[in-house]
Amino acid sequence: MYLVVEQLLNGLQFGLLLFLLAAGLTLVFGIMDFVNLAHGSLYMMGAYFAATFVAKTDSFVLGTLLALGATLLLGIVLEYVALRHLYGRDHLDQVLATFGLILFFNDAVRLIWGPAGLALPLPAWLTVPVQIIPGVYYPAYRLTIIVVALAVAAMLYLVVMRTRVGMLIRAGASNREMIGALGINIKLLFTLVFGLGAALAGLAGLMQAPILTVQIGMGENILILAFVIIVIGGIGSIRGAFMAALFVGIIDTMGRAFLPDLLRKVLSGAAASTAAPALSSMLIYLLMAIILVLRPEGLFPAAKR
Amino acid sequence: MKPKLNASNAVAALMCAALILLPVYSAATGNIFILTLFTRIVIFALAAASLNLIMGYGGMMSFGHAAYLGIGGYAVGILAAEGIGSGFIQWPVALVVSALFALLIGSLSLRTRGVYFIMITLAFAQMAYYVASALSRYGGDDGLTVYKRSDFAGLINLSDRTQFYYLCLGCLFGGLYLIWRIVNSRFGLVVQGVRSNEQRMQAIGFHANRYRLVCFVISGTICGLAGALLANNTDFVSPAVMYWTRSGDLMVMVILGGMGSLFGPVIGAIVYLLLEELLSQFTEFSGLILGPVLLLIVLFARGGIMGLLGRMSRG
Repeated sequence: MYLVVEQLLNGLQFGLLLFLLAAGLTLVFGIMDFVNLAHGSLYMMGAYFAATFVAKTDSFVLGTLLALGATLLLGIVLEYVALRHLYGRDHLDQVLATFGLILFFNDAVRLIWGPAGLALPLPAWLTVPVQIIPGVYYPAYRLTIIVVALAVAAMLYLVVMRTRVGMLIRAGASNREMIGALGINIKLLFTLVFGLGAALAGLAGLMQAPILTVQIGMGENILILAFVIIVIGGIGSIRGAFMAALFVGIIDTMGRAFLPDLLRKVLSGAAASTAAPALSSMLIYLLMAIILVLRPEGLFPAAKR
Repeated sequence: MKPKLNASNAVAALMCAALILLPVYSAATGNIFILTLFTRIVIFALAAASLNLIMGYGGMMSFGHAAYLGIGGYAVGILAAEGIGSGFIQWPVALVVSALFALLIGSLSLRTRGVYFIMITLAFAQMAYYVASALSRYGGDDGLTVYKRSDFAGLINLSDRTQFYYLCLGCLFGGLYLIWRIVNSRFGLVVQGVRSNEQRMQAIGFHANRYRLVCFVISGTICGLAGALLANNTDFVSPAVMYWTRSGDLMVMVILGGMGSLFGPVIGAIVYLLLEELLSQFTEFSGLILGPVLLLIVLFARGGIMGLLGRMSRG
């Protein structure tokens, strides 16, 4: 029972992290109609920046804040130098260009930080287990991730639904040309949205960093998960991304935790131990395939253009 | 269709001649490395050409094409591991399994369009990747060594570098010929019509999705052949062949060379893999140059290399 609670929380935490990544992706996709494969690289850069700045400043909070700023800046520079010329181009062109960026970032990281992974050690106050319900302890750091991610999600909701910038973002998602025609500085808006997406990806990367090692290619696996999420949730829909991210995070975590035991009850030991890892890794993709076959535009399609 | 003499056709003809004469050059100079490098390139050119059939002519952006490379490869590898070394069994099995996989994922994926199609094909390829990683009997994550290349009863010796190269080249030319015939047939015209305007084709009475599906299966089967060749070339097959970045590589080759032109993917494969090889000799950080080059090509050379040549010959 305790195990189930713990794994549910792990799933929630993973799902929220995925949401941070997917939110930026779906905003950029929904508003600029831009497929950004390099989003995973921004996630990786966030983690590397954090590992560096935390080591330099000797302060976890200060270091991560600096890393967040650095990723934001990197995103804005990237958009300004290269990516803004690709809006309105074919999706395939965008895939090719941002695939090139992945190659670039991976080798740039290898050149600067070397091929070995880095570790981002946690400060002592974040490593203590916290008793959440009597008898159930949960790592403080993972709780922090949940709290921070929920706060960011709430803030994102408020910004998008309650502010003028958010209004423009939503308007941009439903009709790009029209808000340009109404005299809104659409280029600035796009740069801003891209920077916001980059910062969110960086935040996801730096929060994940202490749990996993910081290494080259860490963004590639999770990028595909983020794409799965925005496709399940319906492209351009933040609400859809939120629901789908939690869904994917919890199903993925629970599948990995409990599927092997469940299979062992049905299949023979050897067959189960072969099938379980494959099935639990495939679960998410299977889910997406089923959803797309039944609902070809995702669960929560954004309003029609 | 009479071929016209222009820059792109001239380049294609020169390229074919160079590919045919390459073993002669290799034997004359004793440069074995270039022959092994180009064997790999020719195999990937075949895979890229098969992707071009659905992407360039059919408008189906498959982001999971590397799955067939793996399926073709694993068909050869698994049969070899089970003691069935005959190519007359291995290769047909590779083709049939690839075709069946393409039929299965095609019939599900073709319900979606656009970006959703890109993502669902990707999802299926990732599933194939995880299945292969879990095949602990056949090496799992570490991959499977193919100790003996396919045996064609003395007809052709795959362990001989030159013979194997010509076999790969023969498969490439055969594949290109097949694609050329398909594209210019009634069937191919319908597929291209569906790419331009699906609703209109439906309205004149074509079952758009059936044509698409057949095209998708043919493409997957050709790529399965490339997979069988690849497993023989590297004497090894591993799940990494199916990872999504591999599918990305294939897409890059097609777009780089020129989507929807017969020889575009071949040129794309040659340029991409040569560039990767050359850069890796200068620096271990080849991506630092290759990445921005891709970006620049997208920004300034629309339609890939073939598109560039086409514009040149039109003046």
